Amino acid sequence: MKFQAIQGEGWLLTKAEQLINWGRSRSPWPFPYGTACCGIELMCALASSYDMARFGAERVAFTPRQCDVLIEAGTITKKMVPVLKRIYAQMAEPKWVIAVGACACSGGVFRTYSTHQGIGSVIPVDIYVPGCPPRPEGILYALLKLIDKIEADHPLYKQRPKLVEALEATK
Amino acid sequence: MSLKEKVESILQSDLVELSEFRGDICVEIPKRKVIEVLTRLKEAGFDYLSDLFGVDNLAYYEKAKKAKKKKGEDEPEEPKRQGPPPPRFEVIYLLLSLSTNERLQVRVRVPEDDLVLPSVTGLWRAANWPEREVFDMFGVRFKGHPNLRRLLMWDEFQDHPLRKDYPLEGKGEERHLNYDIV
Ligand code: SF4
Repeated sequence: MKFQAIQGEGWLLTKAEQLINWGRSRSPWPFPYGTACCGIELMCALASSYDMARFGAERVAFTPRQCDVLIEAGTITKKMVPVLKRIYAQMAEPKWVIAVGACACSGGVFRTYSTHQGIGSVIPVDIYVPGCPPRPEGILYALLKLIDKIEADHPLYKQRPKLVEALEATK
Repeated sequence: MSLKEKVESILQSDLVELSEFRGDICVEIPKRKVIEVLTRLKEAGFDYLSDLFGVDNLAYYEKAKKAKKKKGEDEPEEPKRQGPPPPRFEVIYLLLSLSTNERLQVRVRVPEDDLVLPSVTGLWRAANWPEREVFDMFGVRFKGHPNLRRLLMWDEFQDHPLRKDYPLEGKGEERHLNYDIV
């Protein structure tokens, strides 16, 4: 967070957007959606030796209501697509998606009748992590990239029309 | 008594074909007697159904059909059975005897125009899901099955994907549910 201290301790001056981004980027709680072998790699990234919690992904939320980042690790079959869509819809804004593994990115080696060819066609994906499976470092790198992305975001500016409208209404 | 003799004595006249490969016995039984023969086998000690699955012999089936046409009508059909001739589908039961640790493969041929078999869920409750899978993948219906729905594909799926004439990449089926959001 960029800030300025005014007249000694106890005062900070920053932009509201930066304050919001600071909070969001320091606590991207993941929702582990492990559907196949990549899920094992995700577990490894979450466990003590790689410890994703270092980057704020502290609490693995097993409910879509209390998470920020949907980490989709594994094959999505066509039968599973409605479930994935529903879980994404249940997540509260703001929400981000990381597609882990070749299967989630593009269907991977499974170019078959049962496999959905990439989750990008059903939900918006922020970061794609290639590999079959990607190493835990890859998943951590994706999380760091996502944090960069969150920090570059303009959460209030995007809502400007809405805020302006609300202001006008109060006049 | 060797396994082969034992099986022969149990099946007697219901044995269509018996083959042996490296000590594994594989028998074929007639379709209309499936339940009866399997009951007899179960009573004789093969009390555990370890698996049940289907086979689609499409390539052999087409080849045999062509060969039959070439031969003409007047030539007598050779009684020799080599490889699986038509009918096209097969359902295979893998049985295990828990007391003697002997295994037996039982095959039943299912013709393409009559894809119905009696369900063996009454004999082995373990047959429930495998039969659903065979129905899902090959379209063989099991008469008397308590819950013959698709097991692997979703309910609205139309085809039977493990048939050899079904394209690997599918026919563009997608699953849509009415809680879909845009
Ligand atoms: S990308 Fe590879 S490791 Fe990951 S789910 Fe697919 S097959 Fe498994």
